[in-house]
Order: sequence, then structure tokens, then C-alpha cells
Amino acid sequence: MELKYILEALLFSAQKPLSTKELRDIFAAAPEHAEGDETARGLKKVKESELESTLEQLSKEHAEANRSYRLVCVAGSWQFVTQPDYAPWLKALVGHKIRPPRLSQPSLETLAIIAYRQPITRAEIEQVRGVAVDGVMQTLLERGLVEQVGRAEVVGRPMTYGTTSAFLEYFGLRSLEDLPAADELRRIVVQKPEALMTADPGLATVPPEQLSLPGEQKSAESNSPAPDTAPPAPA
Amino acid sequence: MAEYKVKFEVFEGPLDLLLYLIKKEEVDIYEVNLTRLAEQFIEYIETMRLLDLEIAGEFLVMAATLMYIKSRELLPVEQRAEVEGEEDGDDPRWELIRQLVEYKKFKDAACQLQALESRQADVFARVPAKLEFEREAALPRPDVSIFDLVNAVNVVLKRFNKREDLRDIFEDKWTVSEKIEYLVRMIGERSILKFSELFEGVTSRTEVVVTFLALLELIRLKQLTAVQREPFAEIEICRAEPVLVPALAASPSAETDSSDTQSLST
Repeated sequence: MELKYILEALLFSAQKPLSTKELRDIFAAAPEHAEGDETARGLKKVKESELESTLEQLSKEHAEANRSYRLVCVAGSWQFVTQPDYAPWLKALVGHKIRPPRLSQPSLETLAIIAYRQPITRAEIEQVRGVAVDGVMQTLLERGLVEQVGRAEVVGRPMTYGTTSAFLEYFGLRSLEDLPAADELRRIVVQKPEALMTADPGLATVPPEQLSLPGEQKSAESNSPAPDTAPPAPA
Repeated sequence: MAEYKVKFEVFEGPLDLLLYLIKKEEVDIYEVNLTRLAEQFIEYIETMRLLDLEIAGEFLVMAATLMYIKSRELLPVEQRAEVEGEEDGDDPRWELIRQLVEYKKFKDAACQLQALESRQADVFARVPAKLEFEREAALPRPDVSIFDLVNAVNVVLKRFNKREDLRDIFEDKWTVSEKIEYLVRMIGERSILKFSELFEGVTSRTEVVVTFLALLELIRLKQLTAVQREPFAEIEICRAEPVLVPALAASPSAETDSSDTQSLST
């Protein structure tokens, strides 16, 4: 009997998603229920890491077999789920899933900022979004998608926020590493272009004579209108 | 001015409006003409005023920033006043563009989350019917007294025995009502919890006490019940059967008589 098929059987009949820790406990308890079963005894002390890699393998096999369901890990727990393509029939069978109303655009934006930048303070979120986020934060906190995770060691010790495991479950994510483009968004590095374009090419015109400071005539001339090329970057 | 009605899009904030204007121009954020942008931005604010929409302060701040950038551009480089402490990195144009790029990325990320959200609505997890097995059938002996519970919590408290004479005073992080919610959630997931599991994640004496108060309150409200399968076995907590409500924990209300629980029991 292979470990992966034992895992498959367990997850097939489990009442709820199981974490590798819970699975490990099951393996530890299994020999009690199997007198003299070599396999059960052999797997008594199976490591979580081995379970993890076996589950990955199993999940891959299911995906390759192109079945209507997949073995997935959501918020650290493994379970069988159907592919979204089969939703119409499943909805006819079991009805629509009871899910809270879809998140609004502002909520999603705020949630995205928190997800990628946690722990983050309210002020930092507002800096990115450019608007106050009080109402939106209230919704997210009420829905249990974000929570207070600590305090920032800056003046006023403001609260910092992070996402919860309910967040991962809601979006069907395995972990925060599973977020789309996680590395890129966690710390956005915006490359400053070599020469900054001016606000309006050609707007910076030669100042009237009387405005020029003495001895600046020359440089002022070089600054004359040049509609097609970007004027020099500020010093 | 021609009389026409504009269907006005509601913008989340000034950055949102700027991104919209840039998109309309069909240019890269890095190549946008900020002066033109400033004009269009202020036009929008004017329209908002015409429509009697409340203009949030953020819009005005952004308008001021744009005007500042525009006014700076009016002067040749040599004549620009050097703002004190302003270095290359503080160029207001660059600061604005950086902010716009960053905001745009998060807006895109929000779209991806939205896609995941609707995908998740179509994913169904396998939930097999609950089978009745022997282990479940064993009837627990519901005779845990308040003293047994106090004894058990004492064991947990020993983990935090080191009393601190000096410590920072900070706001209590835990409330009884929060812990009640937590316990209800836990029991909803697991149906049976070991007493020690209730305190697995706790980090301080106060949290142990608050969790314990929450437990007593739930027992008093006949939401939960404490059972012990055999003498000296660990106490287990499970949901109280509506029929089999055990008459235990006669009145722990005396202990739980805090304002928190008061409000809950009303």
C-alpha cells in the first residue's frame, strides 16, 4: 500500500479539510486499529514534510489525469474540490454556495494592499490608495478577512493589520505565497526613468530679460522651446 | 457652454480619477503630460461642483499638488526655487508618478483577487455525510463539576506561573465576548475539543482567564457542555445537546459577572 493512496482514502472520507499535522496524528494512531499491520506500523512516525510532498505528488497526478475534481490545499489544509467548470450542475444539485456578497472594488483594493504588504498600518494603506479607508476596513474586519496583528513601532504605535486564514479560504489560496505575483507586489520597485519628462514639453520658455539673473543669459537660451525633445531634468 | 449632461463616473479617490484620465489619453503612466492631466483633473472637480457632489478633501489636495507641479514647470530649471531639503528623489512629479504606478499595480491585483473570488464561488468541496461510528456512539459521562474545571484551568495556568512584578500596562487584548465567538467557532469546526486544546494558542495568564470565563459563560448559557469519558481522563468540551442538557455548572455566573458577559446574557 502506498502512502499516497492512504492519504487519498483519508481525504476522500474526511469530514473537513485536513492539515498535514492532523494527518500525521492519524498515522500515529493508526497502528492501534491494525493488529500487526506492517504498513501501519511503518508509517507510524511519518514526517509532515513527507506527507506534504506525497500530497503534492498526488495532487499533480489528479491534475494530469484531468478529472472533474482536484486535490487542493487551502489555508494549509487539504481537500477534494470540484473544478469550477462543473458549477452549473452542482448548483442544481446542492444549491448555490452560501457566500457573503461579493466584495466591492474599494474593499478588494484595500484587501490587496493588506495582503501583499502586511503587517501594515491604516495610514500606510491610505497612502497607497490616496483615500480614507475607515469604512472599508470596518467591512473587512467584520467579515473576518483581516485582523489586527500588532502595533507599529512608530510614533503613536498605530495598529497593524494582516489577513486571516478566512481570507485564504475565501479566495481558495494555499498560503500568502500563493497570491498572484506575490514577489513583485510585496515590494514594488518603481524604476525611475533616466530623464524625467517634464510636465508639459516646451512649457519652460525663456524668461523675459528682466527676470533673468545676471550671467544666466547663456543657460536660459539653451532652455528655449523644444517641442519634440524632453527638456533637461531638474538639477 | 454647451448644455449637456454627463454621466459621471464615481471615482474612488483622486488616484483613481488620475488613472482614468491617463487611460483615456492612451499613454504610458511614465509618459503622461502632467500639465494636461492637471487641467483635466480640475475640469472634473468643476463638474463635480456643478453636479453638487461633495468633493472630498483628497481631491483638493491632489488638485493643489498638480497645480504646484504645473507652476514649477513654468519656470526654467535655473530659476526654480530650491525647496529646502528637497533632493532629486523628492521631485513632486516623480513622487506622483510613483504613487500612480504603485496604485495601478494594486488595482490590478484587486482584479485578480476578484477573479479568484468568483472562481471560488464555483468550487465545491467534497463533504461526505457524517457516518455514525462506534467511537462517536460512546456516551460521555456528563458529570464534570465546576471544581473539576477550576482544577483543569489551574494546570493550564501553571504554564504561566512566573508572575511579573514589573510590567508595562497596556490595553487588554482579549475580551470575554471575543473568546466566546472563538470557542463557538472552534466547536463548530471540531464538535469535540479537549480542554487543553482550548488553551493551545494562549500567550498570557490574562488570556487563559478570559478564555476560561468565556467557557463558563457558554456552559451557563447551555451552549457547551463539559464531559469526562472516564475518571481522570482529560475533560472534553462539546456542544450541549438540547435534550440532554446536563445540570452542571449550576451558577458560574457569579464568576463571570463582568460587564462583558452581562451584556451578552441580556
